[in-house]
Amino acid sequence: MSSENPSFRRIINDPKLSVAQKARYLSLEAENSLSYPVLDDETRAALGDRVICDMYEGHAPYKPRYVLPDYGVVLSKGSEWLELPAPQSLEQALHTLMVAYHHVPSVTGMPVYIGQLDELLLPFCDSVPDESLYEQIKLFWRYLDRVLPDAFMHANIGPSDNRVARAILRVDAELKQIAPNLTFLYDPAISSEEILRIATANIAECSKPHIANHPLHKPLFGDRGYGIVSCYNALPLCGGASTLTRINLAKVAAGSRDVEDFLSRKLPHYVELNARLIEARIDYLFNQSGFMESFLVKEGWLDKSRFAAMAGIFAMAEAVNSLQDKSGAAGRYGQDAAANALGYRISATLAELVAARPLESVWQGRAMLHSQAGLSTDTGYTPGVRIPYGTEPDPVTHVRALAAHHKYYASGISEILTLDETVKANPEAVLDLCKGAFAMGFREFTANVAGNDLVRVTGYMIRLSDVEKFNAETGARSNTTALGAEAAEFTSILERKPRVVANEMLAGACQ
Amino acid sequence: MKCLQAPVSKILTWSCVDGPGNRMVLFLQGCNFNCLGCHNPHTIGQCNNCGDCITACPTSALAMRGGRVRFYPERCSDCDDCLKTCPIDANPMVQAYSVEDILTLLRENRFFLSGITVSGGEATMHVAFIKALFTAMGDDPELRHLTRFIDSNGHLGPAGWQELLAVTDGVMLDIKAFDAALHRFLTKRANTRSLASARLLSDAGKLFELRYLMIPGFTDAETEIDALIAFARTLKGSVRIRLNGFRRHGVRGEAAHWPAMSRETLEAAAARLEHAGAGPVALPAV
Repeated sequence: MSSENPSFRRIINDPKLSVAQKARYLSLEAENSLSYPVLDDETRAALGDRVICDMYEGHAPYKPRYVLPDYGVVLSKGSEWLELPAPQSLEQALHTLMVAYHHVPSVTGMPVYIGQLDELLLPFCDSVPDESLYEQIKLFWRYLDRVLPDAFMHANIGPSDNRVARAILRVDAELKQIAPNLTFLYDPAISSEEILRIATANIAECSKPHIANHPLHKPLFGDRGYGIVSCYNALPLCGGASTLTRINLAKVAAGSRDVEDFLSRKLPHYVELNARLIEARIDYLFNQSGFMESFLVKEGWLDKSRFAAMAGIFAMAEAVNSLQDKSGAAGRYGQDAAANALGYRISATLAELVAARPLESVWQGRAMLHSQAGLSTDTGYTPGVRIPYGTEPDPVTHVRALAAHHKYYASGISEILTLDETVKANPEAVLDLCKGAFAMGFREFTANVAGNDLVRVTGYMIRLSDVEKFNAETGARSNTTALGAEAAEFTSILERKPRVVANEMLAGACQ
Repeated sequence: MKCLQAPVSKILTWSCVDGPGNRMVLFLQGCNFNCLGCHNPHTIGQCNNCGDCITACPTSALAMRGGRVRFYPERCSDCDDCLKTCPIDANPMVQAYSVEDILTLLRENRFFLSGITVSGGEATMHVAFIKALFTAMGDDPELRHLTRFIDSNGHLGPAGWQELLAVTDGVMLDIKAFDAALHRFLTKRANTRSLASARLLSDAGKLFELRYLMIPGFTDAETEIDALIAFARTLKGSVRIRLNGFRRHGVRGEAAHWPAMSRETLEAAAARLEHAGAGPVALPAV
């Protein structure tokens, strides 16, 4: 009698999953049948209670969560391991990238970062006419969506106004694909007003790109720069993030007597346990998995000293409201100045605690604080420091309520501003909102125009029509649609006003 | 000038439907029309302190103090029961704002804004206030880049417009109907001054948009659309025409039983205007 693992059979026989999706989920089940990296009792108990959470990254980390290769290496020198010569033309450069992407792992099994595309491709464009550039980018874009259908996959452009960036924005608005996701790095000293205008008009068209406040991010990452990936994580380029673990602030607040107990005892305790969880996972990745011996490191696409650790938090709204209840205060998070101010104090305390905890094999020796955008199983908890679904004020008030958090979250803080469809007739208003948000200290600007079929789920895009199709049991071509469907069933994301689907990842499976 | 005040029923810091870009919108209380199909009838009247609303308020946010109705916004639950009770289409939640109050709000929000739009009620019942506000904005180094717009029914006379034109960047002007009798039936007023205002503003290069509300059975008649085309042709240059469709939301009385305007009829009228060379034509986004 063989004892079967029932989930293996369930995955294999699931008619909604493609063969590749089945293979991926089976590999996760196999990994999770191994024992977990060794944790002390306190940390293991906190993980078991999900006060801290490893994002279900798997029991034996054999690849970093987010990998941001410097594709400039393979484009300028080629690759000995992949037997690729250095490309000489735009066609060859695009082909080289298409090959390269298949060798870049991440927690999703697909590349989360496909490069600073304009900077990478511009050297190959001198003799390429505009129309031909547009045609080639269009084929490239179609390839990315069809072959690597994961909306966590992220391209970056900007801050300069250039031909490649413009061609990408044109193609992206035209094709309205889920993948790739796209961030424009905006710097008022470098970017033209015109390209910001095009980017914000694209948001009204297809809810992309996301716009990053380049002058805030750039100084943190040194000469080798940074990239924006997945759900708006800002990470070192030529490295990435080894792991992301997060603290459920609502659970910490529930176990605290009052604000004082929360800030000076419970929060420091769980930041410490979260750091121990990070240490255990990074120790396995760096010292046992063999990842750092791969050709990506040897050939210089990656530098093992540039892998950050992300210390995430979520459910700030529920934490603040619970602490307000304990102090007998009526004000709610997102609506009330005193409740919002308590939120800022919590963020400031978190930033201090994280900066005070040294970590080995981590970029700059400290974790980076992150406002984490959610998992599809997070029922009852609001992502990151966001304002709960359905209670968001108008977008300007919304930005003003959250702006003071942004300076604390160096590795990213994703907030989605939901705009109603009337903005389509007046995209200048999106431009105004973006500039206002940056003036108030927002690190990134993300807007979702309701009525679009293409909408954001926390940080990635899905098609609402795909979710409906998936629920009708026809299956979906893209991995993230499976996540979105799960998110829609479990959480109140479709209640966001107007309709935004929000959530990051399916727990346990397709991260 | 600084102590000038106006009754304000609402202030928005986010609006993408009141002129170009994101605008702060100031809704001033009181209107000199009394349109049957008004979508915001509670902005028409001025409170006469009768006190009927006080007992209607479930959260005691209204009280009589010294013969006047006082509003305590911190207790208000936004239920709008007071508006439903008011016998004269006024609003006890209206607050007086000074020019300086509005300038402070503009400074706080200036990074988010393309400009301000003063709407109503009928904004131009408060010419002195608007003139003082717009002049002060133009004199303020932090605010002078913001554009200054007025949303109006055009009933203001030429002397009033002369007060405002030098400090105003654009006007969005509503024509309620072209047939004189129909206009009088719908608004209780003649349309001669509205039409004259549109010409005056167009000549001055300040008519940003001409707005026309299509109400089924009233202002959607072919003769009305033809009159709109003919009138638009007499204006200087090409003026954008925004066609809006009647909806029941917010309306009172017999108009609550009028049918809503269909998208198809709006689109057909837009096509007709464009075919005749009037416009460009804008339709509601949704």
